[in-house]
Amino acid sequence: MAETLSRPQDHREWFAFVLVWGAAALVTAVFCWLLGDIIWHGLSHVSWTFLTTSPENAGRRGGIGPILVSTSLILGVCLAVSLPIGIGTAVLLAEFTSDQSLFGRMTRRSLDVLAGVPSIVFGLFGNAFFCKALGLGFSILSGGLTLACMVLPILIRSTEEGFRAVPASYRLSAAALGLSRSTTLVHLLLPAAVPGLLVGLVLGIGRAIAETAALIFTSGYVDRMPQSLLDSGRALSIHIFDLSMNVAGGDANAYASALVLVVLLLAINGAASWLATYGLHRKIMTV
Amino acid sequence: MTSLSSNTLSRWSTDELLCWSLRGIATIAGAIVMLIVVFLIVEALPVLHHVGLLRFFTDPSWHPAEGLYNLTPMLWGTLFAMTGSVLIATPLGVLSAVFCHYYAPPVLARPYRRLIELLAGIPSVVYGFWGLVVLVPLIAEVQPPGPSLLAGILILMIMILPTIALMADASLATVPQQYIRGAAALGLPRWAIIRGVVFPAARSGLLTGVILETGRAIGETMAILMVCGNVVQTPSSVFDPIRTLTANIALEMAYALGDHRAALFVSGLVLMTIIVALAVSAEWISRGRMYG
Repeated sequence: MAETLSRPQDHREWFAFVLVWGAAALVTAVFCWLLGDIIWHGLSHVSWTFLTTSPENAGRRGGIGPILVSTSLILGVCLAVSLPIGIGTAVLLAEFTSDQSLFGRMTRRSLDVLAGVPSIVFGLFGNAFFCKALGLGFSILSGGLTLACMVLPILIRSTEEGFRAVPASYRLSAAALGLSRSTTLVHLLLPAAVPGLLVGLVLGIGRAIAETAALIFTSGYVDRMPQSLLDSGRALSIHIFDLSMNVAGGDANAYASALVLVVLLLAINGAASWLATYGLHRKIMTV
Repeated sequence: MTSLSSNTLSRWSTDELLCWSLRGIATIAGAIVMLIVVFLIVEALPVLHHVGLLRFFTDPSWHPAEGLYNLTPMLWGTLFAMTGSVLIATPLGVLSAVFCHYYAPPVLARPYRRLIELLAGIPSVVYGFWGLVVLVPLIAEVQPPGPSLLAGILILMIMILPTIALMADASLATVPQQYIRGAAALGLPRWAIIRGVVFPAARSGLLTGVILETGRAIGETMAILMVCGNVVQTPSSVFDPIRTLTANIALEMAYALGDHRAALFVSGLVLMTIIVALAVSAEWISRGRMYG
């Protein structure tokens, strides 16, 4: 390292500087290009009528009203199932088992694998299990349940982190006061862990409404207004896919739907990072 | 963190009840992976019985209607698209994490990190749509037909970039400050510190990031399906259209019956095997991790 001031070293430093700034500029440029393109082409088509009317002529004209309804129903089913299971598992992992126990390790490992399973495999599984084996058919219920399996790892991970962020003194004080552990959980730990839970919830919602591949063969393609949870319903992401791939001349409405989806997701991500920054570090609270 | 799990003084029966019901819930959550594997195997079993695993690699072509089930062109498609995108995205992602930590002024670093996070949140169908209406026509001008392996590699690259960038960012943050200060005190210039001190110290985190992005590249379906042309063939150049394993499932699942359907579950099983292998190796690496 004696030649730190020699010429080749200087050249290398300069080259690295250019490379690093170049990489950052490239990533920013691609991001602006993508977002700019979608806003530019989509903005002129998005209006209140577009958001509330039914699609006509296979989606070439008309709006996305029923599709938004189906999307939120799928999301509702997904959260109704995944929230209780997710919170329960997170509580168990964070509060009721030690990190070394076999059960905790096994559960955590299987959740890690679950987090990496490709969405199309969730689609296959959902089709085989919920649609065929449980006989739910192509329905909002099957789609929501498939998504619930998919968002569980995210939900559990950040809820668990929320619980771990609660200072140990809370638990010790509660135990010293003779509170039962269930009481401690409900009145002390749960309120304190709410920020982590919210981050998980928001991230889970983000993953769920972005999903396409897992829904094609579980919730189906039908773009009518769904009558019940056993009806097939088309999610927003599938609508974009269908318009751009299968419907000639559907690009304008596909752009507008993509814009709606991106805006939804950006809002959700913004909420998540705001919560993570300001919520998790704020010390609580009045019981 | 203090765990109260060995609190033998607890006299509350509700606690017992709570603990057991939580255990039941966690068992459900933990069993989903098993359930997925079991259902994939059960659905794939018929075709494995009367066709056998070997024929998925030795049959002359992929014509499920005629009982020919060669998966190799799709495997090559997946492999090429994955390799190409990982090779481009890894240096870009690592460099952009380096930018955040060591080059950017604080005014730029924060918004840049937010931008990467936003990029991570954009759904794959939107990437695919953008690739279809913007990238594919551009490629078609250079060399028809447009939908191609190259389009797939580029779109995948943009999609997995946030994964590696965020992972690299997190692992660079775990490098102890005194290492960097020590190197700087020795008079090393910036890039020499990064190359000689930071990268080796953050090695395991970077490697985990690469594994995660590889998993994402293999599993991606919709974007690849929209830009790759979906012709079942082993590509001879980057401008040839390809079909990946995931795209194959998404395309044919809608009308597949009997053995054909089972064959698609076999490809699902193949995907699942790759993903599990990657997850295991990621854990193996992080066990040897030096810092947190």
